[in-house]
Amino acid sequence: MSEGALGKVYQDGEVIVRQGDPGDSMFVVQAGQVRVLAERDGEETLLNVVGTGELLGEMAIFDHKPRSATLRALGETKILTIDKKNFMRRINEDPTIAFRIVETMSQRVRELSDEVVRLKGKE
Amino acid sequence: MSPTDWAKTLQIEAKTPPAAGDLTLVDGSRVAVIGGGPAGSIFSYFLLEMASRVGLELNVDIIEPRDFERPAPVGCNMCGGIISESLVQNLATEGINLPGKVVQRGIDSYMLHMDVGSVRIATPLEEMRIGAVTRGPGPRDVKEMKWESFDYHLMKRSIEAGARVIRGRVDHVEWVAGRPQVRTKGGLPETYDLVAVAMGVNSPGLKLFEGLGLGYERPSSTKTLIREYYLGEEVINRTLGSSMHVFLLDIPRLEFAAIIPKGDYVSMCLLGEDINNALVEEFVNTPEVRACMPPEWKADARSCQCMPHIAVRGVDKPFADRVVFIGDCGVTRLYKDGIGAAYRTSKAAARTAVFEGISEEAFRKHYFPSCRTIANDNLIGKVTFLATRVIQKTRIARRAVLRMTMKEQQKDGSRRRMSGVLWDMFSGSAPYKDIFMRTLHPAFLGGLSWSLVTSLIPMGTKNETEEVVK
Repeated sequence: MSEGALGKVYQDGEVIVRQGDPGDSMFVVQAGQVRVLAERDGEETLLNVVGTGELLGEMAIFDHKPRSATLRALGETKILTIDKKNFMRRINEDPTIAFRIVETMSQRVRELSDEVVRLKGKE
Repeated sequence: MSPTDWAKTLQIEAKTPPAAGDLTLVDGSRVAVIGGGPAGSIFSYFLLEMASRVGLELNVDIIEPRDFERPAPVGCNMCGGIISESLVQNLATEGINLPGKVVQRGIDSYMLHMDVGSVRIATPLEEMRIGAVTRGPGPRDVKEMKWESFDYHLMKRSIEAGARVIRGRVDHVEWVAGRPQVRTKGGLPETYDLVAVAMGVNSPGLKLFEGLGLGYERPSSTKTLIREYYLGEEVINRTLGSSMHVFLLDIPRLEFAAIIPKGDYVSMCLLGEDINNALVEEFVNTPEVRACMPPEWKADARSCQCMPHIAVRGVDKPFADRVVFIGDCGVTRLYKDGIGAAYRTSKAAARTAVFEGISEEAFRKHYFPSCRTIANDNLIGKVTFLATRVIQKTRIARRAVLRMTMKEQQKDGSRRRMSGVLWDMFSGSAPYKDIFMRTLHPAFLGGLSWSLVTSLIPMGTKNETEEVVK
């Protein structure tokens, strides 16, 4: 994989984090794609596919709750881990580092709203 | 007045340059960034990015004489080229990812070499967390330009954000009607609302600011030596691998040395007192260096060499009305993570300029704390480097450090206190205060004391050491 020299390589289908795991880090996709899956009764439902440059797992850093979804590599993928401690130290010094995370979260809320509207329309 | 007239009036008011006494940026304000290295590009990028978030239109000119697309000194900013673990993470969080064409090699471990043995300190996550880059596209004799320069990559981001690059060297700066006026060699003087000085300590242009009555004096610096060797990617994979090799050797005047594997080249960086070629010769001929380089390597067959200065003490007042000094010419970290410090100071300066103003008072209140944090941490850094020097000079201490680190690296899941301290010292990923406090932990002190006692007993066989090295 030549796109990203940083991070760790995950093979297709490999679990990056599992739903319910404690969350003490977030991730940035360096190369490839990641499937975001909700697990219920042993079944996995695809919520989203996230590509290069995007942030993942940011919720657990802020809400102190276990991982809300399982992340699996889609094809060979390279993932960089962002440590909670480093991130919190930095956010304390420079709160504007959170601009992009707020932007990402806003985008995801918007997408979820659209999804709710779409599902309501189906009823 | 109709709403349309109001809108027109407001627009005209917004575009009219503010009076010289109005020390804020408004729509149409002009900003000169002198120096297009990491500090200048990061400042420009965040200034424009934050301005756009609050609907402010700025004109940003980056003035840079070097061409980062050309190999050799004309496109190089003379630096070891390590992007620390924390900076890699901070940039990625900000949306500035470093692709494989910029990061020539991901570093996943440090190999510490001492006369008493070598040990590999791996990242707990088995992840490439440090980036080895070059500041220009390559040394003088680069055979194939496979990688993009780090400085060019950042400059491109600031251009995408709206900055304009002026290729030239600033040769005159003066204050005209309360505003800075900047002239590039052979060009016409241009008046700006704010000047961000992002020149390195090696730039002769810094003297332009020393005589302006701003209270600015360039930072104290020390000389380093950087050599580039061509080995080829395949040979590097086979020998140095993805480890940064650091050396704590008892050589007079040598404080610290590292060999950093890149794409086709390796960078050798030496830090010490009165560094000269004789000191380098002594270093390159040590068995420790010979052991980690390929057998066919010839120390005198270098591709490039430079002896740049690095700042060792920041300036007392890196700001004035309408001018701010960022990166190395302001305040930087002692010995390590200079690019990380440039990111922190540049962003703090950009944030201040957009949200708080461009007065001396605004910079003092909102920019200077970031500089002070770094400067205060450097004081603790001096103490930690003093301790490193003691280890370097004392054989028993070197053996104790080696023993404690080896033991930690052999045990899975153990708390790697010495490894963590060494990792953060070498990589510059954590503040020196943080590192220092960890060395005061009773468990660290206990482990070190025990290792010191056991070090009085001769070390294990040579094979034992080599096993860990592999």
